[in-house]
Amino acid sequence: MAKLPKPEELLQLNYNPPPSEDWMDRPVELKQGNFCWGAKGKNLAVVEFPNARDWTPVEADWKLPKDWEGTVLEAMADRLSKYRSFKVFMDICVRCGACADKCHFFIGGGDPKNMPVLRAELMRSVYRKYFTNSGKYLGRLAGARELNLNVLKEWWYYFYQCTECRRCSVFCPYGIDTAEITMMAREFTNLLGLNTDWISGPVANCYMKGNHLGLEPHAIMNSIEGMIDDIETITGIRINPSFNRKGAEILFVTPSGDLFADPGTFTAMGYMMLFHELGLDYTWSTYASEGGNFGFFTSNEMAKRLNAKIYAEAKRLGVKYIIGGECGHMWRVLNQYMDTWNGPADFMEVPKSPITGTVFDNAASTKMIHVTEFTADLIKNGKLKLDPSRNDDLVITYHDSCNTARGMGLLDEPRYIIHNVCNKFHEMPDNTIRERTFCCGSGTGLNASENMDIRMRGGYPRANAVKHVRDKHGVNMLANICAIDRATLSASMDYWVPGVRVTGVHELVANALLMTGEKERETNLRGEPLPGKGGNE
Amino acid sequence: MSLKNILSDKKSELLASWFDRILDTYPAETAKFLRNQKDRFANPVGQTIREGIEDIFRELLQDGDIEKVSCYLDNVIRVRAVQEFTASQAVAFVFFLKSVIRDGIKDIPLTDELFHELMTLEAQIDSLALIAFDIFMQCREKLYDIKANEMKNMTYRLLQRANMITEIRDEEKDNNLIAIQKKEVKT
Amino acid sequence: MKTVLPFFAVVILVLFPLFGVTVAHQTEIFFGVIVPYAAMAIFVVGFLYRVAKWGKSPVPFCIPTTCGQQKSLPWIKQDKLENPSTTMQVVGRMLLEVLVFRSLFRNMKTEMKEGKAVYGSEKLLWLAGLAFHWSFLFIFVRHYRFFVQDLPSVIQMMEGVDSFFQIGAPLFYMTDAVILGAVTFLLIRRVYLPQIRYISLAADFFPLFLILAIAISGILMRYFFKVHIVAVKQLALGLVSLNPIIPEGIGAIFYVHLFLICVLLMYFPFSKLMHMGGVFLSPTRNMANNSRIVRYINPWNYPVHVHTYEEYENDFRDKMKKAGLPVEKE
Repeated sequence: MAKLPKPEELLQLNYNPPPSEDWMDRPVELKQGNFCWGAKGKNLAVVEFPNARDWTPVEADWKLPKDWEGTVLEAMADRLSKYRSFKVFMDICVRCGACADKCHFFIGGGDPKNMPVLRAELMRSVYRKYFTNSGKYLGRLAGARELNLNVLKEWWYYFYQCTECRRCSVFCPYGIDTAEITMMAREFTNLLGLNTDWISGPVANCYMKGNHLGLEPHAIMNSIEGMIDDIETITGIRINPSFNRKGAEILFVTPSGDLFADPGTFTAMGYMMLFHELGLDYTWSTYASEGGNFGFFTSNEMAKRLNAKIYAEAKRLGVKYIIGGECGHMWRVLNQYMDTWNGPADFMEVPKSPITGTVFDNAASTKMIHVTEFTADLIKNGKLKLDPSRNDDLVITYHDSCNTARGMGLLDEPRYIIHNVCNKFHEMPDNTIRERTFCCGSGTGLNASENMDIRMRGGYPRANAVKHVRDKHGVNMLANICAIDRATLSASMDYWVPGVRVTGVHELVANALLMTGEKERETNLRGEPLPGKGGNE
Repeated sequence: MSLKNILSDKKSELLASWFDRILDTYPAETAKFLRNQKDRFANPVGQTIREGIEDIFRELLQDGDIEKVSCYLDNVIRVRAVQEFTASQAVAFVFFLKSVIRDGIKDIPLTDELFHELMTLEAQIDSLALIAFDIFMQCREKLYDIKANEMKNMTYRLLQRANMITEIRDEEKDNNLIAIQKKEVKT
Repeated sequence: MKTVLPFFAVVILVLFPLFGVTVAHQTEIFFGVIVPYAAMAIFVVGFLYRVAKWGKSPVPFCIPTTCGQQKSLPWIKQDKLENPSTTMQVVGRMLLEVLVFRSLFRNMKTEMKEGKAVYGSEKLLWLAGLAFHWSFLFIFVRHYRFFVQDLPSVIQMMEGVDSFFQIGAPLFYMTDAVILGAVTFLLIRRVYLPQIRYISLAADFFPLFLILAIAISGILMRYFFKVHIVAVKQLALGLVSLNPIIPEGIGAIFYVHLFLICVLLMYFPFSKLMHMGGVFLSPTRNMANNSRIVRYINPWNYPVHVHTYEEYENDFRDKMKKAGLPVEKE
């Protein structure tokens, strides 16, 4: 029998590179649990993406097109000339290291290439080689390296391990935003047909059928009817939403995840109950039935193509303005991109709440407001009858979604609502909320199941802060305003902080909302007994 | 002086050495961060390990109960179970304690009595390691559960509407999934 | 490799003028006139070229990183400096960023541990960065005295503050000590912290060694190997009046100092030191978060192929009708 290794030796086989080793010398190794399955050819073909074919990341042959290096470098030159962010961020990093320990994947996992600065260097090294003189002539000494298959694989592996959460950008003295670099890397990989199944599937669905899940019009209605049944059971009120209705005052758009996946469905029920109580003149659309935008995780052009449906549908239906539901990246897109891509929305009016008369000047151009802005205004003006004690079985904390926090600044609106619909609320520690919030670990289309290991690692910093308030204050419910959060934080809590569940803010609103003509409610939206009503809690 | 008293006296030194050996299982660039960043929210992994081994060590010296030790082990292993370690790598840190202790007492003359105590303690550490394996397996199984649940959660409403399942709603919390699982077994 | 090579490069850069002027006095014209003019030209042209090149790439989207509450309802307090919605607020944010390194400051957190405040190394990074940049600026402005006949009172005041402690003769400048300390810290940090060493390039060490050498040569010149100060001023005045002369008897150490500065100037436009200009062009910091209020225009926005409602209805018309949904075409 061969000599048995000591435990330490066993470990050192895989870890601890010699300190002198340069990161460029460590070839990428695609480890199961860290990446998503490759895209299917048919999904790429539907949206006319190049090099559409079935592809498996673990196979050595990636079935790349001829002269793929040329394609990438050409695209790089093109994007450098189109995006000042990309160009400046390629040039000005001083590698001070302030961002190094700000990424949730690095904090939770420890792979040095998950340090934002190094993730960006993966791209910068190639930029230097082909676009700077020092890199061209000094090569390695100037931190430059050639583009080859190993580099491409490294790009694919690590740029699909970035959730574009922008936390590093908050701490960077020059505001260098890794999200901008990741977006470019994803543009390049998409030119070679290197996408993931989890992203390209929803993109194809959304393009053809209007939503990520690929639900056809009748299925959407069907699902909403299911929720209406549940609402009737709970409140005794039958509500009657409309679909694709011309002449409605408001178009309501929310991520499709809320229509089908628990606990998002409870949030969707919440919207409908609130709108019904207000007698709001609004309509759903089955064509623009997706607020989210997985195209945003592939290329700028694809994101614009998917987003176009919202304004197009608003125009066709002749609505005055649009209300958007609770979603993270959806709002990054709506706040920073939509109007630029597909505006001007001059066929609509500046949003004005029909209930309070408040004019939302902050959406004067996009004509689209966030549902928490709408609801906060209602509460402030005393237009809602609320009984927060119905949420008394919940001890709540609030998770800021990356995109609404760092790509918008929607921080106090949801908090104001929560304070008015719940009695028990505790914030997580300062360095884990608001602009310093931690990602759920699964944004930008990384919420597949085959990469569960890295999702859990990336979700750990957030979960750890939740654990702290659970242990300290007995928190049992994590509120948020993001459909991806509602799905992925449920998984993360299940692993790291059992006993804490996840909710959208409007589920809490609807639970507290005293509706005209409702029967004495026995249960909350989840069908669980209300505090003090039956049950044995 | 009994072994446990000796170890108690050297507690901080032993824990530091144990901690260092665990950090050696991470890349050097990471280990520095895990060691130096003391904020438990900015560095949950490092702090969880630090606190975890302290708790384990304390329980071990006090012949603490298995429930508590399992809970402390769980805190550490839950982290390592999702950090690209193999099963042996993930739980090996428990065995590190043996060599840490031996190194820590190498200057003390080993009497028969001490030797006997050491053997007993090492046997206890071995049991800890076995528990650690169980916990590691539970964590991995949990991940598979989560994967499966997520898929079901995602399509629950669809299945419901498609009448592929009938709604089974008990008084109990969150048993939708159980309902689906039961139903699936039947069909 | 990435540490050693830059170090020896700087050593050679020191030796070059040292030998030059010591061995052959004729080279003084090269080090005292030609190189400074060339360096100045390269710096100015190079700097402008780089900034122009950045400027040539448009900013297609309004992408500020918001670090505080947005402007929304009137009764919700906006964080105007962290999430600006007007140009003036952006100016405020940029000033904070440029003058006191706001973002880097965010990095630090004072922890209360067992009743004591514990500071991480992050605080030191902010402090060292700030100390380095400000002392550099102070020293830079102080050098103005060599280029004018009559010293403006502002400079006199700065010198007064800098030599507040009135130690030694010539009076000791605090900034000299600060810059040495700060650069040394930044250097040690790069070598010592594995995390930072791992991400560092030769291009990160070279400017540090170079600036360190510049500071040391300057300090040696002022306090130890005293140079002929009147002659230095003559040379400087000659350079700025485009009437260069090489006065006799300036020490070799001066030429070392001058040459290293020239190298820094020439290196500047090709290096990461351009962050000095770049920070002003960073779209995540210099834009107002007002893209919902005013439409932001992308100059290269182009029409894309979309799946229209008409196509959608064609795909699903029967199903839509069956479900009772209104359709455009029967």
